[in-house]
This record gives sequence, structure tokens and C-alpha cells, in this order.
Amino acid sequence: MKMTLKINGATKTLEAEPGEILLDVLRREGYKGAKFGCGQGFCGACTVLLDGEPVNACLLLAGLVEDREITTIEGVGAVDRLHPIQEAFLDAGAVQCGYCTPGFILATKALLGKNPEPTEGEIKDALDGNYCRCTGYVKIVDAVKLAAKRMGGARRGRRREGAR
Amino acid sequence: MSEKRKFNEVNQARRRVDGIGLVTGRALYTDDYDVPGMLSAKVLRSPHPHARVKSIDASKARALPGVKAVLTWRDVPRVIVTEAGQGYPEPSPYDKFILDNKVRFVGDEVAVVAAETTEIAEEALGLIAVEYEPLTPIFDPRESMRKGAPVIHDEPEWLIPIPVEMDPKKNLCGRADVTIGDMAKGFAEADLVFEHEYENQYAQHVANEPHTTISYLDPDNRLVIISSTQVPFHVRRIVARALAIPVKRIRVIKPRIGGGFGSKQDIVTEPLSAALALATGRPVRLQLTREEVFVSSRTRHHCVTTLKTGIKRDGTLTAIEMTALQNAGPYGTHGLTVLTNTGSKILPLFRCPNVRFNAWSVYTNLSQGGAYRGYGGTQSGLAVNVQMDEMARAIGMDLPDLYRKLHIRKGEGSPVFAALGEGAEGHAMTINSCGLADCIDIVLRESGWAKKRGKAGTGRVRRGLGMAIMMQGSSIPKIDMASCSIKMNEDGSFNLLCGATDIGTGSDTVMAKIAAEVLGVKTSDIIVYSSDTDLTPFDVGAYASSTTYLSGMAAKRCAEKVAAQVLAVAADTLEEAAEGIRLDGGKAVGKKGEVTLARVGTRSLYEKDQHQIAAFASAFSDQSPPPFAAHVAEVEVDTETGKVRVVRYVTATDCGVAINPVLAEGQVEGALLNGISYALSERYIYNERGRLLNPSFGTYGVYFMRDLPEIRTFLVPTYEPTGPFGAKSIAEVNINGPLPAISNAIFDAVGIRLRKSPYSPETVFNALKGL
Repeated sequence: MKMTLKINGATKTLEAEPGEILLDVLRREGYKGAKFGCGQGFCGACTVLLDGEPVNACLLLAGLVEDREITTIEGVGAVDRLHPIQEAFLDAGAVQCGYCTPGFILATKALLGKNPEPTEGEIKDALDGNYCRCTGYVKIVDAVKLAAKRMGGARRGRRREGAR
Repeated sequence: MSEKRKFNEVNQARRRVDGIGLVTGRALYTDDYDVPGMLSAKVLRSPHPHARVKSIDASKARALPGVKAVLTWRDVPRVIVTEAGQGYPEPSPYDKFILDNKVRFVGDEVAVVAAETTEIAEEALGLIAVEYEPLTPIFDPRESMRKGAPVIHDEPEWLIPIPVEMDPKKNLCGRADVTIGDMAKGFAEADLVFEHEYENQYAQHVANEPHTTISYLDPDNRLVIISSTQVPFHVRRIVARALAIPVKRIRVIKPRIGGGFGSKQDIVTEPLSAALALATGRPVRLQLTREEVFVSSRTRHHCVTTLKTGIKRDGTLTAIEMTALQNAGPYGTHGLTVLTNTGSKILPLFRCPNVRFNAWSVYTNLSQGGAYRGYGGTQSGLAVNVQMDEMARAIGMDLPDLYRKLHIRKGEGSPVFAALGEGAEGHAMTINSCGLADCIDIVLRESGWAKKRGKAGTGRVRRGLGMAIMMQGSSIPKIDMASCSIKMNEDGSFNLLCGATDIGTGSDTVMAKIAAEVLGVKTSDIIVYSSDTDLTPFDVGAYASSTTYLSGMAAKRCAEKVAAQVLAVAADTLEEAAEGIRLDGGKAVGKKGEVTLARVGTRSLYEKDQHQIAAFASAFSDQSPPPFAAHVAEVEVDTETGKVRVVRYVTATDCGVAINPVLAEGQVEGALLNGISYALSERYIYNERGRLLNPSFGTYGVYFMRDLPEIRTFLVPTYEPTGPFGAKSIAEVNINGPLPAISNAIFDAVGIRLRKSPYSPETVFNALKGL
């Protein structure tokens, strides 16, 4: 079947089999940043944003996202212009093997979009659906705080400029 | 070289060299490679813990449209191998055919299918008719060596390539018995003798990326294997043997790896994927499901450790006798070496004149043991550190004071180093760097030990503090080898090629920083390419905490050779002696003038005395300097539910000079949380037929972010003179602390002594109720 949806801001028409899982369709289309980790919705390696909310692409039927908007890691920042969250993940040492990193960055983006200054408890609640064995999560919490600080700083800066 | 040297790149904060690809999702892991015409492979697995395959009929499966090959034991070379990714000759028994007519655990490989789609491959599995003759299984390692026990390995081809004691007829796949001093005299001199049994459970590494291999034949009919491996060169060697093809016909490429922790130190998916590529002539992808990773890849060895210690009232140890019975599972991968490391990774830590380590590794029909971060040190760390707490309390000494009295120091050796090595005798070693005393001071201060220890309170929820100390090694002495090559480009950048295997650890970054430090350039001027058996020089791979120490040493030596060549060109350019020129800031700075490395590179390639500035270097060590660590865990125990919660956890680690401090801290914290969840919730639950009942994220017990306690991480700087720029290892050591530190903290809180992990609510509840 053919389906139309928005991926990273661009309208796409894709071919998908009935019953096919969104993760498989995205990966076939070249969005390889979404990873297979468990296929059961536990680990969050396959996290993408559906209309801005993190979802497990390994559990979603592709047909259910017709006409909706998907954001994958390929839609966040660019190789020569990283998103502040990506910068923060690198600077805080939150990236080890990197397999979970796209999912964590997308979940962080969703969190900071709604809550620009989350508490540590709010960070842990928001990212609890993403698994990481390498870091023990400590540096990931640090990275989210750092990103929030830097992005908040930028926002406050813009507000100040606007006031002048 | 001075210990106080100021570094330009080493020990400085730098982003990891592979970082951009990782945060943008562009880095390629095995499963991200698109190979045209790729088939999907699925494995038929045994439902029986121990059985003979009486007959197997794959004709219906082969006839299914879309199926390109079905392989059974009749279709693969009858060559016995070990799947342990260790140096040659391996200290693990050759006890495995890649497909066999006998199965030895629930989940063992029976047949493998390659088909146009995963769905067709799965359907084909159901069409393979297998008739089994069930055999009596063994589920308890205590039963394995009983007279009349079923023999798990009766194949006549079984062999062990090194001279060690093993006997498959007795299910014995590892043995060590080492005595130093006089045990009878030692125990006679003791004021008190303690003897208890300790037991740790099975565990899985749960790397986020499942084991995945893509194999294909290149235009020259060579076999290319892209795989999620920690040991590309061992994969090449072992697959060549298993498939009876020459090593030169195989190229192994390690792309990005989604974590390993030891689980990818074996060949797991490579041989069957490669066999199918040879059989079909098509590219074949074999990826384990998460359930298969739990059931059929590798685990931490379950081990029963009996520890007997003699101590005087002043805390002097008179004798330690450790007796270990290790459950190797159905195949002996890493059994012997994890066994000997069970002794060698902790016994040298404590001064004691009389020591015995007496141990067995035995086959059972449960899950297959393998390498797992900690590698024996986790098993024995539990026994020794818990018994230290028991003894300290009995003689009225504060546990850290007992540690301070007993722990090994700089300038000291231990007879255990020479007596006990990697499956065999070890190598004498003197400790050149030891920051353990500082580590102990730091964790006591930062945890509030003096104020909080022994103040459990009286409410429903009690608090307690527990402590542990630990050591590991840095590479396997006189066995491991690492090598590296560097060539210079005309812009003053360098290509560094190494066999060192970055599995997410940051070793590419470590190699780049070390080379950059020597060559006086930025880390970003070093372009690293690692782990491709056609292109990069040899390295044993990512295990035994070897990479920073040994591969880093190769990088340093190689960079020094290249630097000498750079200086020669610079000397000619500047018309002054090379001895007076130093490399700094991307330039060769002499007494008379300076020249950029871009000029040096351009001149050497295009202008005068043209030649490629380049070098190779290897590293091999007779030392394995231990990193040291001290831990304090603070826990809350709910006396009504038995639930234990870690509130705070403080670690201090001596890893020598941290080449990349933020990544080094990350190694500590990752190992630590893995250890904490292992202590409290991770476990394998089997039914009475040996089937694993909880092979999923949802039921196994790994921690997610909400489970994260407050963690405080300290690195204690020392300088290891044998290491590159003073570095030792850091990857493994900290996983060994939580089992004993949390047990000791639970005792401090509620007075129950847990010697068997995990400390689940029901375990704690039952102990509290005296059940």
C-alpha cells in the first residue's frame, strides 16, 4: 500500500506492506538512525517522534502514521551544524557506543520542547523509556541539563534582544 | 618522563573522534549496511536441554519458495572449534561444531535457514522435521562431576590445545589448584577462622545492539564478514577453521558496535552467516532477536565460591583458601580463564602469606558462560569483600581500617601474580602505581562513612553503608599483542590504522589523543580507522582491559617513530640538528626557526627526498598493572517488603592518567550501574526443563533511568610508568564492587548477611523473617 506522511518536515509517499512495522519501513527508506534493540517496546533504541511525542517505532504499525509527522534523528541538527542537544551529549560524555543515542536525543528534544528547565526527576521520568548499558545514565542526565542550560540561555538571550 | 608533565591532548577534555556520526545517527552499525540481494537468516534452536538429533529432514523447508539454503549438521564441515574469541592457542576447549547432531542446552543451534525474507526464513524453521532422543540433563554444577553423571561432551574430536587439566568424561572443562605457603600452618596461626559459601547468579550483558553479522562474497570470491564483534582478528581465524577455508580468503570488518561488555568476545553469529553466504553465493544477514541474545549468546558464569580465611585479632591475615565451582554451561568458552581470574583478580589485593586457590569449571545444560566485564573478579569480589566485612566486625575493626592494613601497595608484589595467570601460571609483577589508599579516603569522606555507618535507625526503612575494594588488570601479560600504523599526509594530518576495536568504549579517541600528544598536533588531526583485517594491523581486540594500556602503547611507539621521521625532514628544512627540534602546535619548532607540519608533509611527498613518512609499531607487555577502586554504597532496606534501594553510591578509581577523563568516568559509571542492577534485580530464571523463562528487557531486570541512584565518581590520578603517558585500564574494575558493597550495606542496615545474589525483595524479606 502507498501512504503519505511527513518525515523531518518533508512530505513523503512510501510503500508499506499491511501489518508492516514503522521501524522497518523507516530503515528501508534510509532512516537508519532508528535502531532495532528489542522489538518489544522496552529499550527505546527505535525511538522517533510522532507529532512531537516519543514513540517506539518497533511497535507501531506503519499504516497508523499516515498523514502524521515523524521526526527521526536525521531531522535533528546537521553534521556541520549540530543541534545544541547533540553538542551537549558530546560535551557531557553521554555518548559511548551510540546505539541508544538517537533515541535519547529525540526523547530529550521532546522533553525540552515542553519543559525547557526540567528537574532531575522530570528528566528521569521523561527518559525512562530509553535503555543504555554503557553510561549508567549519569552523563546522559548531565547532558540533558547542559542542553537545557544552553538552549535556555539562547532563549533568554533572544528575549533580551527582543526587549531592546 | 616526569609524572607532573603537562599534556596538550592527553588528559584534556576532547570530544570523541567518532562523535558527530553517533549523535546524528549516521554512524553505521552492522545492520545499517545495505548489501544488494541480501538474504535473511534464522536459526532453529533446540527445545531440549540435552538430546541427540536422531534424524533431521529439511526437504520441506528447502522446497519452500524463497528459501535459498537450509544447513544442518550434515551440511557443514565436521571441524571442532572453540567459539571463544581468545588468542591462539585458545585456553578454552574445542568442544563445539557450528552445527551438531547433539544439543546441549535449550536454545542450542540445530539448523539454519537463509531466505529472501525474514518471514519466509521463520516459516521454513517450522518445516524442518527433527527427531530428538532426549538425554538426562545436568542443571546443577554440583552434580556435574558426580560419578555416573551424564557426559555432556562425548564427541571423540574434543580437544584442548594447551596442556591443562580438563576431562570431558567427567564434565570437567577447567581446573586450577595453586598453593602458596603452608595452609595448615596459616590456619593454625589464626585467632579466628571464617568459612562460608558465596554464590553469584547468571547474568547477561544486554548490549543494546543484538549480535549481528552480514557475510558476502566479494568479486574475487573472498568472504567478507561485517560483524558486531569485539575480536575481528579472532573471528577471521576461528571462522576459517570452522568452515575449512584459508584465513587469506576472509576479511572481517568491524563497523560501529552497539556495546559488547564481553558478549561479543565470542564468535556467535559469524560462522553460520558465513556458511550460508558460501552455500548460497548471496549476502546473508543473521541478527539475533533479543530473546536469542538472552538464551543463546553468552552469560556471566554462575559460580559457587567457598572462602575460608584465617585472621589474627589485629587484622593480620594468616591464610586464605578459596574454593570455586564454576558453572560453565554447555560449552567451555572462557570457563578456564574466568576461573583462574576468579582467583587472580582479587587474591593479590590482600597481603597474606598462605594462599590456596582450588577450583573447577564444569559443564552443565544451562546457559553458556563467556566473557563478561569483570571476568571472574566479580565472582570472587563478592566472596572476599563480604568476608572482610564479617571479619572486621568480629575483631572489632572498622572495615576500611582492615582494608588499609591489608591492601597491596606501590613497590610490592604478590606471589599470586606468578602463581596464577590466564588458565595457567602467571607472571611475577611489582605494583608501580597504586592510588588505593587515596581511593579509600575519598569514598569514606564523600559518603559520610564515619557519621552514617552503623546508624540504621529503628523505623520501617533502615539505612546502611557498605564498602568494597577491588582491582583488575590491564591486558593479559605475555599473551596479548596490539599494533598500529601511522602515515603522514601533506596537510600535516595523519592516518592512524589500528586493530584496536572500539565497541563504544572510545578507544579510537584514546588512540588519536595519544598519537596527537606525541606528534604535537590536535586530536582532530589524527584520522583513525580501526579493526579491518585486510587494512589494519593486528590487535587481539577489545577485552581484558587491554586497549588503552596495550593498544595505546602501540600508538605511542608508532607515533614516536613517525615523529622521528618528521623531525628528520624538519631538520633538513630548517638546516639544524633534529635533536634541538620539538613538535608543538602543528609545527616543528627549532632553535633557528620553525616549519609547519603541512610543509613537512608536502615536502616529503612532493618536493625533496620524496618518501612516505609512516611507521608500524607493536606492543606486548610482561606486565598487567592493576587499576584499583574503592566503593561505598548507601542503601535503604524496607523491612516490611524486603525491597532494597541504593540511595547513594560513591566510587574512587585509580586508572593512572585518564587519557580522556569524561570517557573514563563514563566507563566507571556504566560498569557501576550494571553492577548495581546485577546485585539487586538481574537474574536468569529457568524452569525444571532448563528453559529460560525471562529472556526479555521487561522481565530480566536491567535498570532504566528512574532506577538511577545518586552516583558520585572520583578519579584518583596516579602515574603508571609502564603505560602510555601513565595510563592503566578502567573498563572492568568497577563492576566488581556492587555485589559485596550492597550486601555489606544491607547487613549494616538490618543485620542480615546475604552471601548469594541477587538481593531481591523476596530474598531479603525471607532473610529478615528468618525463613
